[in-house]
Amino acid sequence: MSNPNRRRVRRLAAIALVSALVTAGCAQRADEEPAAPKTEQKQFPVTVTPPGGEPLTIEERPEKIVSLSASNTETLFAVGAGKQVVAADEQSNYPAEAPKTDLSGLTPNVEAIAKYDPDLVVLSDDADGIVAALQKLDRQVLVVPAAATLDDLYTSIELLGEATGHADEAKDLADRTRDDLDKLAADTPKQDLTYYHELDTTFFSATSKTFIGQVYDLFGLTNIADAADKDGSGYPQLSTEHILQSDPDMIFLADTKCCAQNAETVAKRPGWRNLGAVKNGNVVALDDDLASRWGPRVVDLARSISDAVAKASEG
Amino acid sequence: MPTATSREAARPDVTPTRLRPAVLVGSVLALVVVITISTLLGAAELGWTRVVAEIWAQLTGGVSPLSTIEASIVWEVRLPRVILAGLVGAALAMAGAAFQGVFRNPLADPYLLGAAAGAGMAATIVVVTAPSVTGWIIGPLPLAAFAGAVGGVTLTWMLGRSAGGGTAVLLLAGVAVASFLTAIQTFVQQLNTDTIKQVYSWMLGGLNTTGWQEVLLTLPYIGLAGVVLCLCGRLLDVLAVGDDEAISLGIRPGRVRIVVLLAASLATAAAVAVSGLIGFVGIVVPHVVRLLAGASYRVVVPLSLLGGAMFLIVADHIARTAFAPAELPIGVITAFTGAPFFLLVLRMNRGRLR
Repeated sequence: MSNPNRRRVRRLAAIALVSALVTAGCAQRADEEPAAPKTEQKQFPVTVTPPGGEPLTIEERPEKIVSLSASNTETLFAVGAGKQVVAADEQSNYPAEAPKTDLSGLTPNVEAIAKYDPDLVVLSDDADGIVAALQKLDRQVLVVPAAATLDDLYTSIELLGEATGHADEAKDLADRTRDDLDKLAADTPKQDLTYYHELDTTFFSATSKTFIGQVYDLFGLTNIADAADKDGSGYPQLSTEHILQSDPDMIFLADTKCCAQNAETVAKRPGWRNLGAVKNGNVVALDDDLASRWGPRVVDLARSISDAVAKASEG
Repeated sequence: MPTATSREAARPDVTPTRLRPAVLVGSVLALVVVITISTLLGAAELGWTRVVAEIWAQLTGGVSPLSTIEASIVWEVRLPRVILAGLVGAALAMAGAAFQGVFRNPLADPYLLGAAAGAGMAATIVVVTAPSVTGWIIGPLPLAAFAGAVGGVTLTWMLGRSAGGGTAVLLLAGVAVASFLTAIQTFVQQLNTDTIKQVYSWMLGGLNTTGWQEVLLTLPYIGLAGVVLCLCGRLLDVLAVGDDEAISLGIRPGRVRIVVLLAASLATAAAVAVSGLIGFVGIVVPHVVRLLAGASYRVVVPLSLLGGAMFLIVADHIARTAFAPAELPIGVITAFTGAPFFLLVLRMNRGRLR
């Protein structure tokens, strides 16, 4: 009797040791500051080239970053540059510790941005000639455009990591995101299912060509909006008749926050109660924010899609 | 009390035509044809013969070739949408005709007194605050749009009265109120840039998401306004001659204006509530009617009602089928098709224009 017991004790000790090491490793990684100067010397100056943009050379590690898009804010925090962000725009509601301000990313105001004395401004597009205006004030500006594909997402994660002195973590995060998505895709039963992704209550949708559409593609789903995208914008407005006639197996609602939609409100729409997705309970409420951003949380989005697909495949 | 004959004699320079029965019957028949065609064809390619078979089956209790979903497309989506397009078009066109009559201004349209600006502001506020209401018979957006439209017109009316009450003053008050309300709307929107897309998609107008509920909600307003405005056609004819002449005939111009504007504004508010801001119908249809059938408001109001219904059903038909299965904003269609058609009618009637 004593022998197995001792073995158990030893095993427990080993587990404790390993977990202590693991958590220690984690703690060090999350609390990067002491190790940072060593890597920083290698990393700066660094030249980064945003997709479709001019190369930008950053001399020193930026310590006062202003981020003007919710997606980029999420990525900055995820790669460990959160402490360097001094201000984020009004949409940046994640993570909770993000320094959300009333700055607008859609109609940016140069003076309001300059007030934070940033050494790096991260934007997702050059609205109202904001880039030139900021450059005139000698501010470094990095435009990380909306990701059109999953590969764009990995690129933008690594780009933001390099620009902020967190290249290794960013590489790690990008790899992890890719692996997580691949694993989710592999673990989800492949079925020939159709879906409708709803952006608002006037039935604007996103095709499979869009970023969100490619997330659905991971699971081999067929998008009913593709037929409607004559102008190739990727975001057509579908006619009610088309949605009903297509009778999608799954309905994903990305208008749960903006427009208070849910499975019940969908079932009450004229004619919708006869749809397979409604009858079989495959109307899925997504988080509007998750479904409209490109950042590391795409894994969370993919997970809810994966769960829904698994459920739809069962029954 | 003036007799009918004295009224007839009092308007020598207005084309003295009554609505001829043949024209009325012809217009109603044309409307029925338009409704039928629009119901048979749509974004979902069901095949018009199968839709005919479905209607026949419904009438005779026979077997329909359509599946449950296909049947719900016809009865719960397509038909109410066609009817609603007709109601909205009728409301906007007859309101436009009425406004043109009251203000004696050919450029008057139903949105002149702040109805559109008020509805736009209220709709924006609702979109931004996103009140979560459940179990209401109608969503907060149409309700707010209706209240906003009525509120905008009321504000204009009160301002206009306090400044003298003439039609010119009322017009200016309308311009001021519209600018003011639009400024508020823009300000609210600017503070909430994330909701811009939703606001604009409402403003561009559309009937994509409508059903019988909207038809039932707007029918009382538009129906009542239609009756009132058609009955007021003769009075509008007298007003067209001038206030003094009208008074000499025992008509009180102020009272007529209130009744007509109230009816037209209620109809406009109901239309705006369910369809957003659809431009052009209210201004073009009455003019086309005037050019084709005469300038008497006894003709213009009822024919605008029918013509507006037809025009908007056709426009909405294009909106839902031209790029099917995608939707086009109906406001684009009304302007795109309305403007050239209007020019064509103007050209055809070059000689008849004063």
